[in-house]
Amino acid sequence: MKWTQQLSKGIVRENPVLRLVLGTCPTLAVTTSAVNGIGMGVAATLVLLGSNVAISLLRKAIPDKVRIPAYITIIAAFVTIIQMLIQAFMPAIDEALGIYLPLIVVNCIILGRAEMFASKNPILPSALDAIGMGIGFTAALILMGSIRELLGAGTIFGLAVTKGYIEPMLVMILAPGGFFVFGILVACANRLAEKLGKKPAQSAGCDGCPGAAGCAGCDNGEAVK
Amino acid sequence: MKELLVILVAAILSENFVLSKFLGICPFLGVSKQTGTAFGMSCAVTFVMVLSTAVTYPLYAWVLVPWGLEYLQTIVFILVIATLVQFVELILKKFMPPLYNALGIYLPLITTNCAVLGVTLLNFTKELTYVQSLVNALGAGLGFLLAMVLFAGVRSRLESCDIPKFLRGLPITLIAASLVSLSFLGFAGVADRLFG
Repeated sequence: MKWTQQLSKGIVRENPVLRLVLGTCPTLAVTTSAVNGIGMGVAATLVLLGSNVAISLLRKAIPDKVRIPAYITIIAAFVTIIQMLIQAFMPAIDEALGIYLPLIVVNCIILGRAEMFASKNPILPSALDAIGMGIGFTAALILMGSIRELLGAGTIFGLAVTKGYIEPMLVMILAPGGFFVFGILVACANRLAEKLGKKPAQSAGCDGCPGAAGCAGCDNGEAVK
Repeated sequence: MKELLVILVAAILSENFVLSKFLGICPFLGVSKQTGTAFGMSCAVTFVMVLSTAVTYPLYAWVLVPWGLEYLQTIVFILVIATLVQFVELILKKFMPPLYNALGIYLPLITTNCAVLGVTLLNFTKELTYVQSLVNALGAGLGFLLAMVLFAGVRSRLESCDIPKFLRGLPITLIAASLVSLSFLGFAGVADRLFG
């Protein structure tokens, strides 16, 4: 696979949010505004880049049996570094993201990419994969954050758009709006995929879930390959 | 006592982990097709939530804070949870095989369930005491159980519906979740008014 493809596959074709349906918790939780979407997207991208490179470097040193705890420790270390940087330089973002910032540790995108990609590939493809996936994740969060902010508050990136003309639907920035907008976005992505002859995104990404191998709980574990 | 009841009811209803805080969405969407599996999974999650709160709280208050190591919270908590889950799995397998067969299969999935790490972190953001934290964890688990079982019922009804083609599968599941979540918005403030 050429390096441009490594980079671009995460953005559209294998978009982690809309195609692989990974990392649904932060996607729903922080997209009450477009700015929060960027904050979460960039933080997760940096963690993903760090962990993918580190795991790729250590892929021959980590014994297979303890690889999941080892990956989690590496990821947690990067999350702590990013968290401290954000607390120091962007306290407003830290406030807005709250506990979802440390919860990047258990974001399935990061562990999923470690397990599916970085543990089998050299450093450069792993880094490109991380950047591509990170951009795809960030783009999906910005898209969803913009839609919810526009409908729920009448603004995009804090700039008034329909504010003052149309009464905003507050429910869109509350929890139900998150599920609803995400549902409609996945439906649109599925429709596009169908036109291009691809399978629709099916389950909540059991394919990327590190527990999937030992888990009989997933009853619809057939995600898009 | 009244305070604890408020925390418990709030964690189950108005601050439901799945439907208002978006924690534990993966199992919520992935394991809620049948009521039986939804129930088993939720019981395992509740158990691990209470147990990890019981362990992480003293660890944070008595080890990390005195030594000025608060910034290691995330790493320590996730490792404690991962170890605890493994440990529980081993103990159940050895001493309680029937319970292991019922709950054990969900345990590998729970380590990376953000609801478990979420509840241990939230206890400190909310500045709860030890007992309050345990009650909060129990409430969060029961709230998870309620959401899972309710949603499993909704999904079994969806199976027999004639859904527009482009909404089939995941999109309609999310829209159904949105409606269930909308009904939980109605519980806002109910805990304070019930006992306040």
